[in-house]
Amino acid sequence: MTLAGITSQLLQLAIALALAPLLVGWVNQCRAWLQNKSAPSLLLPYRTIRKLFTKDAVVAEGASPIFRVTPYIVFAAMCCAAAIVPSLATDLPFARAADAIALVGLFALARVFMALAAMDIGTAFGSLGARREMFVGFLAEPALLMVLFTASLISGSTSLPSIVDTLAHREIAIYPSLALAGVAFTMVSLAENARIPVDNPSTHLELTMIHEAMVLEYSARHLALIEWAAALKLLNYSCIGIALFFPFGIAAAGGDWLELLGAAPALIAKLAVGGFLLAIIETVSAKMRIFRAPEFLGTAFLLAVLAMLVNQMLGS
Amino acid sequence: MTSVLPLNAQLINLLAAILLLLAFAMLTQRRVISLVNLFAAQGLALAISTAIVAFGTRQPHLYASAGLTLLLKVALLPWLLHRLIRKLDVKWDVEGLINVPTTMLIGIVLVVFSFNLAYPISQLASTVTRATLGIAMASVMLSFLMMITRRKALPQVIGFLAMENGLFFAATSATYGMPMVVELGIALDVLVGMLILGVFFFQIREQFDSLDLKHLEKLKEGE
Repeated sequence: MTLAGITSQLLQLAIALALAPLLVGWVNQCRAWLQNKSAPSLLLPYRTIRKLFTKDAVVAEGASPIFRVTPYIVFAAMCCAAAIVPSLATDLPFARAADAIALVGLFALARVFMALAAMDIGTAFGSLGARREMFVGFLAEPALLMVLFTASLISGSTSLPSIVDTLAHREIAIYPSLALAGVAFTMVSLAENARIPVDNPSTHLELTMIHEAMVLEYSARHLALIEWAAALKLLNYSCIGIALFFPFGIAAAGGDWLELLGAAPALIAKLAVGGFLLAIIETVSAKMRIFRAPEFLGTAFLLAVLAMLVNQMLGS
Repeated sequence: MTSVLPLNAQLINLLAAILLLLAFAMLTQRRVISLVNLFAAQGLALAISTAIVAFGTRQPHLYASAGLTLLLKVALLPWLLHRLIRKLDVKWDVEGLINVPTTMLIGIVLVVFSFNLAYPISQLASTVTRATLGIAMASVMLSFLMMITRRKALPQVIGFLAMENGLFFAATSATYGMPMVVELGIALDVLVGMLILGVFFFQIREQFDSLDLKHLEKLKEGE
């Protein structure tokens, strides 16, 4: 464990925590532009979080401790994930604690607690949202694992920093398997982050909502943590996508400080482009019926499996 | 990491992956019009990959077959199919009753099967394109599956044509293409088959008022 490692670890975590609401604001702004609406402020998510932190929390009658601890667990899981995914540098001391499979487990942990807390109160919306969330989750998880396995097969390791190191420092070539995995990953991220083809993040129309239905009962600091965690989740997925498919510019292990300094603007630029693409996807596609979700995520799983098979067959 | 392949082999591998993807897209597509467009796209990918093989291996006769593919499978056959769809007035036909996730899972099994089958064969071959043999076999199998799962006449014919695409790709990847006479013969066969089937469609619809092939399973009228 070196000083550079600890610095890059802390810097990465700080940047992730600070940037996550900004990314959500940026996506909302882009979407508003594309839909000819007047855009909300870029800093609106920060203001929402600050406002929520100053309010008094109301907890529903009969809520069990699970309901109270869930926001902290979810937020902590997303922070851990942000520390593991190499977005700035690959020299991360904390990343040794968990590999790609454990990362998927972290997301699953957050999901399970969200669903438990939603069902804990016993309202109809809560259980409806929880069921739908688990429904989407059990379809999305295998696809995500397959995408990560494809990258692991190419680099021969499931540890994220070494995957990124291998993928970033190889000769430039066309990898059909990575292209397939990239499409699959995009579809999984849309589903996991409650984005438009599967869920609509800006609706409170009861029949269609998934994520929003689960968090209806939360208020004040609990809601602030959950919103922040949702933003962190979006950032984490974006960073996984960047790390697997556009790993250029991420500082390598044993690199100098200059490289680390250059990695931050590169990350921000890539996130800005990614957020814009997300806004485009959300604008051009319509929300589908919940029963079409298996088809959508089945396609993602298919693409991910094909990516793995093609990787084996073509040997590149 | 193994050494990086030459650029044309990389491009062929990419096009092979696209071909496989298009085969899956055709397998799960419900609309007839989109099916024809996917078929045209598959033909285009096939033509480009054949042209790249021709360029990479300096085999002039492959240029001819690439041109033939382009003419026949990207222009002529889709045009004929579109005309047929217009005349039969089945433009907005949507096929229900295919369970997409199950079909895709069966498709994955088929892909694994054909990759396993092709692996020893491609080890023996010495062509640049040997790695794509498994993909070619998989797309033949997927077109087969498509013909089995479909009920309407037109998608079945498109499945048949897509199977020919897969066979053509297999020939290119295993042995740099068949002799010109064979290729021309197959091209003519496909074209004539298409025309005859077009006439058949009208007959089927005249008889049963529908293009659903389950009507053909009855042996007697009025049963």
